[in-house]
Amino acid sequence: MNKFLLHKAGKPVVFIACLLPFAWLVWGAFTDGLGANPAEYLLRATGDWTLRFLCIVLAVTPLRVMTGTPAMARYRRMLGLYVYFYVCLHFLAYAWFDMGLDFDAIVKDIPKRPFILVGFAAFVLLTPLAATSFNRAIKALGARRWQWLHRLVYVTAGLGLLHFFWMRAGKNNFGEVFVYAAIIGALLAWRLWRALASRQRTRTMPAAPASRVQPGK
Amino acid sequence: LASVPSKVAGAQTMEVVTDYKDAASYNNFYEFGTDKSDPARNAHTLKTRPWTVEVEGLVNKPGKFGIEDLLKLSAQEERIYRLRCVEGWSMVIPWIGYSLSELIKKVEPQGSAKYVEFLTLADPKTMPFVGSRVLDWPYAEGLRMDEAMHPLTLLSFGMYGEVLPNQNGAPVRLVVPWKYGFKSAKSIVKIRFVEKEPGTAWNKAAANEYGFYSNVNPEVDHPRWSQATERRIGEPGGLFAKRRKTLMFNGYEPQVGQLYAGMDLKKFY
Repeated sequence: MNKFLLHKAGKPVVFIACLLPFAWLVWGAFTDGLGANPAEYLLRATGDWTLRFLCIVLAVTPLRVMTGTPAMARYRRMLGLYVYFYVCLHFLAYAWFDMGLDFDAIVKDIPKRPFILVGFAAFVLLTPLAATSFNRAIKALGARRWQWLHRLVYVTAGLGLLHFFWMRAGKNNFGEVFVYAAIIGALLAWRLWRALASRQRTRTMPAAPASRVQPGK
Repeated sequence: LASVPSKVAGAQTMEVVTDYKDAASYNNFYEFGTDKSDPARNAHTLKTRPWTVEVEGLVNKPGKFGIEDLLKLSAQEERIYRLRCVEGWSMVIPWIGYSLSELIKKVEPQGSAKYVEFLTLADPKTMPFVGSRVLDWPYAEGLRMDEAMHPLTLLSFGMYGEVLPNQNGAPVRLVVPWKYGFKSAKSIVKIRFVEKEPGTAWNKAAANEYGFYSNVNPEVDHPRWSQATERRIGEPGGLFAKRRKTLMFNGYEPQVGQLYAGMDLKKFY
């Protein structure tokens, strides 16, 4: 597995695989393949793919640790940038197809509807993450500060889920919302569990020498 | 399904008719699934014969009407109506049917009948999503008596010259062109005349989003989106066609505006 992930073709393959949903949507848009309401289809599909990539990128670290394949870390940045790519498309679809690129109308619409506001906030919060994804930014910020900044992705995941939940709320149609919530919830719970476990370890460590003293008593 | 062009005022819009393919494949009919492509895929299981519509409540002549009798109850007319969905899209559809008032007159409502309630089929054997918790089944809708008696309110049996496809509400449905589409109940099995405003399926599911009246109104937004504009399905230009401005009462204000004179439509949304 590590070997495959470290192969020099690995990144281009993943890069292209991540573009496939986009290519498929573009193909559908130009061949009348998106049903009776293509605008609605694109708006929903780009939102779905944003959530899916969010799940994928949040799964990288747990999978890397659990399967012992450190090479997975190579892909995390690219997958994270794909979350941003699809959320940009999602926002563009909203601004273009729903609002006719009318800037004034968009500015009025965003604060008016909580469901739009939450989605927009998630989009805005992802922007500094995408903007600091290159190596020089990590150096400039310092690894620790960079990591703290990039924990914003957890907030974004929560806001994204809330946006999706609200969108479906009017129709009590929560099946898919719960699936995404369960996946994201599990991925975040794993991190929390691990953080708590490592804190416990650091707390019990000073006690260890003391116990070693015991026999000499 | 044979018909003659309707002479009812407002029943012949000159706008471009939506493609049959779109009108019969892009539907909200939750008994067959919540995705708009689900009904066309799943509704073949619906059995439309035999079919009876029970008329009951505050009327002098209640009874059960077989679908064959209903079809012959009055002359079938073709009416080309705009259809505006609460979700922000619209179509133009040539329906076939006759004014609901023809049936109402036959059953002689009593003076105390102020509202009409419509109940639709909820058969878990043929409707795979009855049992999902999305809505309270059976799907219920209602109109005020004067709305139900308005000549534009259509009891419909067909569209595009044919009998209704199952996914469009076969064998008999309502079409109320100045209200959002969900007010037009599909596959009706019971019509009840009552004194008090009946509960409706969407109002029970989300009262702050879907009111009893649900008249098309560009000035009263849905809590989650604007109702000022709409996307006309199949508009030339496709994806990049500009959205249209939504008209008050879906453009039927000259015909139905007086029904709501003096009412605060922000309150009675």
